[in-house]
Amino acid sequence: MNDSLEIARNSILAPVGLGDADLDRLVGALQSPAIDAADIYFQSSRLQSWVLEDGIIKDGSFNIEQGAGLRAVAGEKTGFAYSDELKFPALEQAAVAARAIAGGGRQGVVKIGGLPLERRLYEPLNPIDSMDDAAKVELLHRVDAEARRADPRVTQVVTSIVAVQDTILVISDDGRMSADVRPLVRLNVNVVVEQDGRREQGHSGGGARRELGYFLENDRAMAFAREAVRTALVSLEAEPAPAGTMTVVLGAGWPGVLLHEAVGHGLEGDFNRKGTSAFAGRMGERVAAKGVTVVDDGTLAGRRGSLNVDDEGTPTHNTTLIEDGILVGYMQDRLNARLMGAAPTGNGRRESYAHLPMPRMTNTYMLAGDRDPAEIIASVEKGLYAVNFGGGQVDITSGKFTFSTSEAYMIENGKVGRPVKGATLIGNGPDVLMRVSMIGNDLKLDEGVGTCGKEGQSVPVGVGQPTLRVDGLTVGGTTA
Amino acid sequence: MENPALADRGEQLARLQQNIEDLLAEARRRGASAAEAAVSNSTGLEVAVRLGEVETVEHTRDHGLWVSVYFGNRKGSASTSDLSPDALRDAVGQACSIATHTQEDRCAGLAPAELMARELPELDLNHPWSIDVEQAVALAKRCEDAARGADPRIVNSEGASLGTHAGLQIYGNSHGFVGGYPSTRHSLSCAVVGKEGDSMQRDHWWTSARAPEDMDAADYVGRRAAEQTVARLGARRLGTRAVPVLFRAELAAGLLRHLMGAINGASLYRKTSFLLDKLGEQILPSFVRVHENPHRPRGLASAPFDGDGVATRAKDFIADGVLASYLLDHYSACRLGMQTTGNAGGARNLSVSMGERDRAAMLGELGTGLFVTELMGQGVNSVTGDYSRGASGFWVENGEIQFPVEEITIAGNLLEMYRGLVAIGNDCDFPGSTTTGSWLLERMTVAGE
Repeated sequence: MNDSLEIARNSILAPVGLGDADLDRLVGALQSPAIDAADIYFQSSRLQSWVLEDGIIKDGSFNIEQGAGLRAVAGEKTGFAYSDELKFPALEQAAVAARAIAGGGRQGVVKIGGLPLERRLYEPLNPIDSMDDAAKVELLHRVDAEARRADPRVTQVVTSIVAVQDTILVISDDGRMSADVRPLVRLNVNVVVEQDGRREQGHSGGGARRELGYFLENDRAMAFAREAVRTALVSLEAEPAPAGTMTVVLGAGWPGVLLHEAVGHGLEGDFNRKGTSAFAGRMGERVAAKGVTVVDDGTLAGRRGSLNVDDEGTPTHNTTLIEDGILVGYMQDRLNARLMGAAPTGNGRRESYAHLPMPRMTNTYMLAGDRDPAEIIASVEKGLYAVNFGGGQVDITSGKFTFSTSEAYMIENGKVGRPVKGATLIGNGPDVLMRVSMIGNDLKLDEGVGTCGKEGQSVPVGVGQPTLRVDGLTVGGTTA
Repeated sequence: MENPALADRGEQLARLQQNIEDLLAEARRRGASAAEAAVSNSTGLEVAVRLGEVETVEHTRDHGLWVSVYFGNRKGSASTSDLSPDALRDAVGQACSIATHTQEDRCAGLAPAELMARELPELDLNHPWSIDVEQAVALAKRCEDAARGADPRIVNSEGASLGTHAGLQIYGNSHGFVGGYPSTRHSLSCAVVGKEGDSMQRDHWWTSARAPEDMDAADYVGRRAAEQTVARLGARRLGTRAVPVLFRAELAAGLLRHLMGAINGASLYRKTSFLLDKLGEQILPSFVRVHENPHRPRGLASAPFDGDGVATRAKDFIADGVLASYLLDHYSACRLGMQTTGNAGGARNLSVSMGERDRAAMLGELGTGLFVTELMGQGVNSVTGDYSRGASGFWVENGEIQFPVEEITIAGNLLEMYRGLVAIGNDCDFPGSTTTGSWLLERMTVAGE
């Protein structure tokens, strides 16, 4: 069964009258003897969003984008042009512009053939149509009411729901045609609470490559509302955070943003091919404590960071990056894999047809250990217990990375104590995982909220980890 | 291939204007009581070189359209990259369909007709660059060569990139306002990697301008990227301490950005601002003035009208250290019971009054403390002003740079940081729409080893 290919053909190619013969000619137009690889990436994307604020549905928006990106690669050189007009002459012009990278040349002829999907990690559905508009609006009102019901100190609630259907069709120079129909839904809750003149904000939310009914399962949407209120109320009580280097216990789930920043980016193929990563040339070396195994897994069913095939048509993999503390793998797209003599790992991703693909993460997480999380906290005499984070950032070359807590507590004598204000944690990617001294048995993935930025391109990703004890991370609070 | 420099822009402008008229007419036909729409197109060329070889050549070509319709006080919006007549009609249809589910919001609607920009000042924003791929590559190479040749410790490169973009944007609404203008933007940037012993560092520099002749020289951009990279080599950590902190000019603009975020109408009416109810109050020392000039010729953020069609105008946001104006669009102004400041879309070309002190004098004023040259991560709580970010820079003693530092954090609270502003330098040395020198803050907590 290959619905994705049919859907992609029908929704992108058929309306503009592009047939197989046109595609053959376009791929041919991208080729010359000097071209090592070429591809055409067709995309059609629909997004609908609704926003509730002050108890009313304030705005909604519908966005349609479509276009094609044409790429020709010669050695390390890439020529690229795109068009948001899908008519043949515009595409042919783009093909000629892209191919110019390799100088002139003769046109090739390629016969295109569809490639069936090997597996299906999510259904090729349109989440915008998976619930009627009245029901979406009703859901937001219920989330709003739940947040306001949860505590009288709630003064402001903003909730939003976004549904996206992203259909892609990629044709590579060997005539291989792959398609993927990617649903993505997201629900966000932001609240403001106020007490005695002090105000704080709380956020929660989640998402998946599913229909919108996902938010109704297991009381999920209402739980997001209560969680947003809970985190805001914790912040109301928070005292200044400590400053200095100390033992930090990281909670399970979203705190896995540590892995994304500390090691994930540094293990993307492009930075290692170029030798600009702090991890360059360290394959086979110990980069983490024994027991630490980190994978990038694009094959998890329904996850925000998962893809059936990446944006170059390569099926996603479960790639082991670090195994029992030893660096064993990089994440690759086709270009970097070819130049490094490695195999593509299904990590070639792009924000849209108007961007070039690069090696990017999918769902990056650490496998579980055998420690009871309670035992990990009890082992710490004095330190920080960080259970939730905002975003992070990394300097690939120096290896320094940051991530900022949004919910954290002091640990004193093995017990979780008072909450402390948000603080940025900073560390050194190549050695922070060497300081992991205990690994919990409670591996958890995030709720489906991550977006990763690289060179100006955003893509949805996932992270996860079990509870971890890290002996020595710098905590950027204000009290010495 | 020639960079499409848009010789026929007059004709394109007329066509986009027609798109706006069609959108507004379609909205009327569907019963909307008011509507607004914007369309834009842009074409460009981006080349990247690395280690003296071409890495990428990208030809960009973008279209965009958004439309909002109002049925009384109910709003719906849609956008698309497809400007065909069918797509325009679809977009309006989608927006109208959304509006059947949105609710009465007394502030939803167009800004008052009398506030629309009447005359569009000539802002000199359109300077197409007729540079071809070979010339662009040559300039980028020259920039990277300057960086690689600047110091033997520069051992690797992330490359240099040159980009040139030309675009048209038009906004119109059912008051009968339609305004549009062409603009260009060109940039050149370079990032290199230095190595000394076990220390590997990268840094970058760039230039950006409306007109090619206003860009900094390629050699300068490359050399500066190299100098900054080399200066970071051998960086150490610091022990945890509380010290005065000097933010280099580019980062001082970031401190100003947090301020502008906090006086933004949406943050105010949502009560998510640490500067709530501070209008008319002293929030910075009295020597500070922050002025906005949206009509600066060739300004990177210049615009004759804002996102609501309202005429933009020069004003002080901070005068004598006092918060003189919020930053409002029509909607947030209505929510606050105020009038728009013509800032739908943000602040345009801010300038901070600069003092007499150059870089050396600012370091002298810092005495012994931290000179921050790069910040990492988010770590700013917009509701409370609590501030905690990763940092790198230099340790300074008695006004002299001692050694580079990294893997530390700096923390404080923005309200106190603004109050503790000691001096502003005249060392504005970065491209961008904001002009300010470096800012010296009295005291922050540095966390390290």
